Amino acid sequence: MTAYLSDVVALTRKDLLVELRSRDTVPAMLLFVVGGLVVFHFALVEDVSRLASAGMLWIALLFTALLALVRSFVAEREEAVIDGLLLAPCDRSAIWLAKTLSVVAFLALAELVALPAFALFYEPVTWELVAGVALANIGIAAVGTLLGAMAAAARARELLLPLLFMPLAIPLIVGGVGATLAEDPARYLGFLALYDLIFAILSWASFEYVVTE
Amino acid sequence: MIRARGVGRRFGEKRVLAGVDLDVGAGALLLVTGPNGAGKTTLLRLIAGLIVPTSGELEVAAGRARIGFLAHEPLVYRELTPLENLELYGRLYRVRERRERIGMLLERFGLWDARHEQTSALSRGMLQRLALCRTLLHDPELLLFDEPFTALDAAGSELLLDELAADAARTIVVASHQPERLGDRPTSRLALAPA
Amino acid sequence: MSTSLRNNGAAFLSLLAAALLVAGFTLAFFWAPEAEGDPAFRIFYLHVPVALTAYAAFGWGGWKALRLLWTRDERYDLESYVAIHMGVIFGLLALVTGSVWARYTWGVWWTWDERQLVLFLVLFLFYSAYFMLRFSTPAGPRRARTSAVYALFGVALIPVSFLAIRLAERYIHPVVLTRDPKIESEMLVSFFVCLAGMLVLAGALYLAELAGKRADARLRELRELLA
Repeated sequence: MTAYLSDVVALTRKDLLVELRSRDTVPAMLLFVVGGLVVFHFALVEDVSRLASAGMLWIALLFTALLALVRSFVAEREEAVIDGLLLAPCDRSAIWLAKTLSVVAFLALAELVALPAFALFYEPVTWELVAGVALANIGIAAVGTLLGAMAAAARARELLLPLLFMPLAIPLIVGGVGATLAEDPARYLGFLALYDLIFAILSWASFEYVVTE
Repeated sequence: MIRARGVGRRFGEKRVLAGVDLDVGAGALLLVTGPNGAGKTTLLRLIAGLIVPTSGELEVAAGRARIGFLAHEPLVYRELTPLENLELYGRLYRVRERRERIGMLLERFGLWDARHEQTSALSRGMLQRLALCRTLLHDPELLLFDEPFTALDAAGSELLLDELAADAARTIVVASHQPERLGDRPTSRLALAPA
Repeated sequence: MSTSLRNNGAAFLSLLAAALLVAGFTLAFFWAPEAEGDPAFRIFYLHVPVALTAYAAFGWGGWKALRLLWTRDERYDLESYVAIHMGVIFGLLALVTGSVWARYTWGVWWTWDERQLVLFLVLFLFYSAYFMLRFSTPAGPRRARTSAVYALFGVALIPVSFLAIRLAERYIHPVVLTRDPKIESEMLVSFFVCLAGMLVLAGALYLAELAGKRADARLRELRELLA
């Protein structure tokens, strides 16, 4: 057990360090999400209601997440570095867990900028929204990492990943928007937690089948 | 150590390897020759366990923890330093006395001074030497080398040849289209032809 | 496992399906009473069996996918794929019949109020992506495993999506369009006969397509051996 955790720690550290040194993904995510929020202002003709702005925020977050996910396997894919990890005696699911944790970290960083921007441009940010975002991050990262590994073996992988991800993202959007707007946000937060539980376990268990040749 | 019967591998419609039979005992040095596209890399990847055969049977007596694979790509992270790369692999392979062993290998292969530089700044020869460190880090029982001489500079090649001679207990498989480099060392040979 | 044996099975099932469907629709149109409050109710006998058959097909595909991951036997890959193919075809039919039903009941070709319809739309999107995945990945054990995992995700998605759609209704807008017909026992009997017929039809098509695809694969193998 501790060997597993030590593997996860080593791999997460690697993913975070690689991003820190290359500075590829997170700056792009920050710019993209803020840019998206600005575009939405011009895309909606009337004064944006509270309902519409919540929806827009979640769409912006979803697309920003896709950016991170598409990039999360690039380092390994580019020079088949993932073979190095697959040769090692570590459990394949540890690779998944490490990547998921790092994607959650990147999403959180992007949201540290996105949420204040949202509060500035549109509506104040409530605690329910933050909770919803935190829970959704887990679901997005968990499922997205698995799908990223699936798409890595395919042609046109940058196109395939968003395609695979969209239907699975719908419950997350429902949970997120519901947590932001509804009178009983707890129900939606509970639903997000349920989604996270089901799909994180599924992703964790099936990663090995999807990442090996 | 390695037993293969009629091993073949197909990628989609393309057959890359067919009907390979092998019996490699512990301590042997197998040389695999053949032109480009003959399937040398595929065979090594099969032995390493990265891919499974689509036909035939393959048994390798060493598990992932006891196999070292020097592949065509160096399999190191460009954004990390040589030290960080070896630290990572050291942890994953549960190398005992990790610090000391890493230090020893970096020294041995002339990378100690470059240990804190970003791997992307290293020359091709140094990169391959780092890959060699990665391969030997966990003191594997079974060593697989895929065209090791192509990316190595003269100094590196010398060190590699020393390694190949050193330990009779290790089983080694080398795929190379420059078999003369190994001289008389190989105990068995396998010539592959494009399928 | 000869292909001709499979074809016999498929032929038998198609006859059985035809018999059941003819019987079912006859019962539905001539025996069961008209539904009060729903002028276009008769489409129910087509739409719901088609929908349930699609679910069954997705479930069957998921089961075969599980078997593939469990045994690593690539034989299950084709079975899972064909089952999901059936599911998508019947799913598309469910969307079309559902849409027609909506048109005749409320005058609109689409409504977000019909939970089943929305769920099918989501599943249709999901399983269409399944085909994109297979199309873009080179054939081999990895594609088989990846498709299997995705198929299992689909099965998990069915209840989760349904829950999501129900939750979404509460904040999107109140449900405006409803239908509430009285169900009589004769209607249930006719319905079950139609359902049985639809399932058997799906089974027949499944066996037929499976046999065809297996023959294709055998032919390719032979060509390779000769080359």
